[in-house]
Amino acid sequence: MWVYEKKLQYPVRVSKCDPQMAKLLIEQYGGADGELAAALRYLNQRYTLPDRVIGLLTDIGTEEFAHLEMIATMVYKLTKDVTPMQLREAGLGGHFADHGYDLYPHNAAGTPFMAPYFAAKGDPITDLYEDIAAEEKARATYQWLIEMTDDVDLQDSLKFLRQREVIHAIRFREAVEILKEYNDTQRVF
Amino acid sequence: MAQFISESYYQDLHELQAIDFVLVELTLYLDTHPADANALAQFELFQRGKKNLVAQFEHRHGPLYHYGEGKGGAGFAWAKGPWPWQV
Repeated sequence: MWVYEKKLQYPVRVSKCDPQMAKLLIEQYGGADGELAAALRYLNQRYTLPDRVIGLLTDIGTEEFAHLEMIATMVYKLTKDVTPMQLREAGLGGHFADHGYDLYPHNAAGTPFMAPYFAAKGDPITDLYEDIAAEEKARATYQWLIEMTDDVDLQDSLKFLRQREVIHAIRFREAVEILKEYNDTQRVF
Repeated sequence: MAQFISESYYQDLHELQAIDFVLVELTLYLDTHPADANALAQFELFQRGKKNLVAQFEHRHGPLYHYGEGKGGAGFAWAKGPWPWQV
């Protein structure tokens, strides 16, 4: 069960229409290291992880949905007032032909979202290392996105998301240490 | 969709987002540091602060939560905008 709050986690403002930037930002909506993949990966892994880290996976997975909503808001605001011809010129002609103004989870190159992004190996330490890597990769993607726009309002929201990836990676590293201790106590000598 | 949004809505929303940031951050920290009594005390302090802010926000601007967690609001205001991506 989830409860929705009618607000964004952090404000999203854009200072201009920029469909080219929307095309790049969609990477964090439906890409391999995007927010949808992160949310579903953690919320899928948590069922079989040791109790001690389930709370963390639940809470980070839930926060990723708040980030997904922020990315969706960016894409929506950057494209809502542009014409189909402008979308085509921005490289979103293929998107518009199939989805119109709807959002759709694919990456910046147009590849649709895929279940293999979930990464579930059935080994808790392996899964958590995967999660640390995912956060670091998302942090790098946010940095590249920040460098590709001169819209300071958009940059502000992207910087917030970049910093959240840093915190999540730190917490996952701590979770690895917790699991190592747990594994040690399980061992019978 | 295009509706007038008061300056006070943005101010109140900002206060709510600020206190929520502290609570999200403390939640993740407590997930891996459950024995940190100081962090837990801070969490409970900000939790009380949030309750007051939510009550004030909902009174001025309408419901924040669904499924009976918050007020339905006159004319079921829950289902009316503005939605988060419209402001």
